[in-house]
Amino acid sequence: MRTAMPNRLTPYMFMVPAVVIMAIALMYPLGYMIWGSFRDWNPSQTIGEAEFVGLKNYITLWNDPNFHESLGVTLRFAFFVVSIEMVIGVGLALLLDRDIRGISVLRTMFILPMMIAPVVVGLMWRYMYHPTVGTFNRFLESVGLPRVDWLGDHALMSVIIADIWQWTPFIFILALAALQSLPRSALEAARIDGATAWQQIVHIKLPLMMPVLIVTALLRLIDAFKVLEVILVMTEGGPGLSTEILALRISRTATEFRELGVAAAMSNYLLMLLLALTVAMFVFNRWQEARAARLTAAVQEET
Amino acid sequence: MSSPNTKANPAFYAVIALLVFMSVGPVILMFMNSFKLDVDIISGTSGLIFLPTIQNYEKALCDVLWYEPDHVDFCSLKFGGAFVNSLIIALVSTILTLVIGCMAAYALVRFRFMGRDTVSLTTLMVRMVPPAVLLVPVFGLWNNEFCLDRDGLVGGAIREAFGGRGDVCLAGTHSGIILIYVAMNLPFVIWILQSFIVQVPRSLEEAARVDGAGPFQVFFKVVLPLIKPGLAAAAIFTFRIAWNEYLLASALSDRDTKTVPILIVNNMSEFNVEWGVIMATGMLLAIPPIIFTLFASRQIITGMTAGAVKG
Repeated sequence: MRTAMPNRLTPYMFMVPAVVIMAIALMYPLGYMIWGSFRDWNPSQTIGEAEFVGLKNYITLWNDPNFHESLGVTLRFAFFVVSIEMVIGVGLALLLDRDIRGISVLRTMFILPMMIAPVVVGLMWRYMYHPTVGTFNRFLESVGLPRVDWLGDHALMSVIIADIWQWTPFIFILALAALQSLPRSALEAARIDGATAWQQIVHIKLPLMMPVLIVTALLRLIDAFKVLEVILVMTEGGPGLSTEILALRISRTATEFRELGVAAAMSNYLLMLLLALTVAMFVFNRWQEARAARLTAAVQEET
Repeated sequence: MSSPNTKANPAFYAVIALLVFMSVGPVILMFMNSFKLDVDIISGTSGLIFLPTIQNYEKALCDVLWYEPDHVDFCSLKFGGAFVNSLIIALVSTILTLVIGCMAAYALVRFRFMGRDTVSLTTLMVRMVPPAVLLVPVFGLWNNEFCLDRDGLVGGAIREAFGGRGDVCLAGTHSGIILIYVAMNLPFVIWILQSFIVQVPRSLEEAARVDGAGPFQVFFKVVLPLIKPGLAAAAIFTFRIAWNEYLLASALSDRDTKTVPILIVNNMSEFNVEWGVIMATGMLLAIPPIIFTLFASRQIITGMTAGAVKG
């Protein structure tokens, strides 16, 4: 009988294609970008021809009011989007966590918005926000209210609403999954002790769901920094800089202003921000695993 | 949950109806508008009652129609070509990502080897890299470094055969866009598939190994069939990203390799938007994801929860 035992090279053979592709198309470009961020670099030059300027790009950005504005918009966008989506999504999950017939159909309806291309989402909302032919203003007019300049005066709010429409279902579905995997015994015990629905939610359901909710929020937060197409189609960053998030500013700096070095430095700032968030998520995961391990160990000792 | 008869509460069903209306409403609105003439969209006197027309679709698809519609004088929108480009890029990159990704995920779960933790950590880290951050380096590299030089052997041969500017670059080709999509999606796919592969019982693999199967045979004949749900979920997510992505494609594509999102954005930024046609193109772009959602929502939800909850 021939037994083919995996030799020591096998795992590497499985890993090689992925490692090669990620090295060529992710790690090398990231290194290239960090290298380029120290240079005064425009698109017609290769990186070797560009002049080395040290930290100049970073310092320019640090003192650039437009960059501050952009960063502020990004942080505000991410903060509002994530917090509002968490509240609505978790609220809906708590509300709809019961035996409803056709819950699967309902979930299908809910995930539709996030499967559709961001470009198309932007397109739909731009139409609905249109000052004269748009759905919202037409509705407001028909009930006798004044028109609202959605993508003008309230551009950031409108963009946030569109993102909430698209991504609340994500939170909802994850929260619902977490809710339905809670230990039934705890809820049962609470009900027998006469806890009201509200008490059950605050003292039992939310604390038990918390680990999943925190990971969900962090994932959503990281994604909120990636949003670009929806805003590009809806407002193109305008009016002024009111909706120009960092991702959009990077792409404009690179393509319109043709300052690749500055764009690279800006990308690095964004990357550092996201790195901090990812590390936070990672540390949280580890901490939680350790805690779970401690708990099971404690339980085993008792018995 | 406080009282058992909330189930029959009509207010509860009203809330659900409202939610469904809110999430599906905009899509239906776009669907209806894509069948309206611009005149009808702008005048807006007839809300639900209008004469549906396929003129918008004819105009959008004019480069692949076998007949010439009367109302189209000049076929400016090359939608058909862009659609084919999108399809090629999305399909090829999805298949590549899945094959490469599940091999890597398998190795990470099943083998202990040097550098395993590094790879695993890197995978997690690069998941957060936004496409916008990749824009600058990818633009530079694909246009300058990843080229076959005009003086080199292969580049020279290609120049002999096809002419052109001499050097052959990744930018402006399908493979250039596919490469970056595969790289971008790999970390995510590896992450999702790991949680599925962990659940495959080890004894099955060992049984196959005792019967004389090599590691690759074990992987393709035993493990792969068992993680089909995970593969489906991963495939849908990868396809969705490759199909919908705009920014990197716009930096890397040229006239002949444009994808549909680029076409839509280019037509949007013009001052006078032709709402009917643009909605028709948007609808065509949205159709594949909508089909997936309707037929594979279970897999999508499994994938989403596996990807997020199982950190």
